[in-house]
Amino acid sequence: MKAHLTRRYRFSASHRLHSEQMSADENRATYGKCNNPHGHGHNYSLEVTVSGPVDERTGMVCNLTDLDRFVEREVLSRYDLGNLNTMQEFAQIVPTTENLCIEIFEILQRGFPHAHLERVRLEETMMNSFEYTGGAEARK
Amino acid sequence: MVYLTRKAEFSASHYYHNPDFTPEENRRIFGKCNNPNGHGHNYTLEVTVKGEVDQRSGFVVDLKQLKDVMHREVLDAMDHRFLNKEVPEFFTRIPTTENLAIAIWQRLESKLRQARLHRVRVYETPDLFVDFYGEA
Repeated sequence: MKAHLTRRYRFSASHRLHSEQMSADENRATYGKCNNPHGHGHNYSLEVTVSGPVDERTGMVCNLTDLDRFVEREVLSRYDLGNLNTMQEFAQIVPTTENLCIEIFEILQRGFPHAHLERVRLEETMMNSFEYTGGAEARK
Repeated sequence: MVYLTRKAEFSASHYYHNPDFTPEENRRIFGKCNNPNGHGHNYTLEVTVKGEVDQRSGFVVDLKQLKDVMHREVLDAMDHRFLNKEVPEFFTRIPTTENLAIAIWQRLESKLRQARLHRVRVYETPDLFVDFYGEA
């Protein structure tokens, strides 16, 4: 029997939305308040969904301890209370929540071997959230 | 196709233990959940059914019937119970959230009329939930 398991985590980080490929006016027009040069922060809520057959012996898709440990080490300790713009993965791409969602999906996809990664969902605020399920080309 | 979701809450206790494992393995794999005296959760159950909207009633499913089935098959059996000792599915199977979602699906599937079951979602806490779509 295949089940999907979703775990929610929280972290806080700051960012500034600004593209070197745009003029100052274009940046302001595109990103509005998010273009403020000093940046601003959010309390992000991260949902990680994995799937797989439920192990007969343990009753689990994967051991939550393994998932929690991986997310803590590879995602939360990296991003929590950090400034996204200073990080290497956002040197060339704008740290929008879309791009952060894709980055987190790829970290899990590369490194978490215990279950199939279905989806990463990231809430930037209670009013907006982003989901990435991999597969198709994410960026154009 | 229209999807309709009905929510319910129940509280129950459980513990995780596999008699085929050694005590050390049980402790290592299940951690604090292996405490034989059990512990409890406030579970939230979301049952999603799907179907065509009936021309005459405008309903996907008679909500009263869905609510009654959820109460009879799930809440009456599991609310304020020790799952390992009082719910037959868990006499031999570990009452993880995964197995709980599967057991609830199996209890509901044959009892629903009109609409078809689409998804059973069980929240063990607000930060952990399992979805089961009836997949083998």
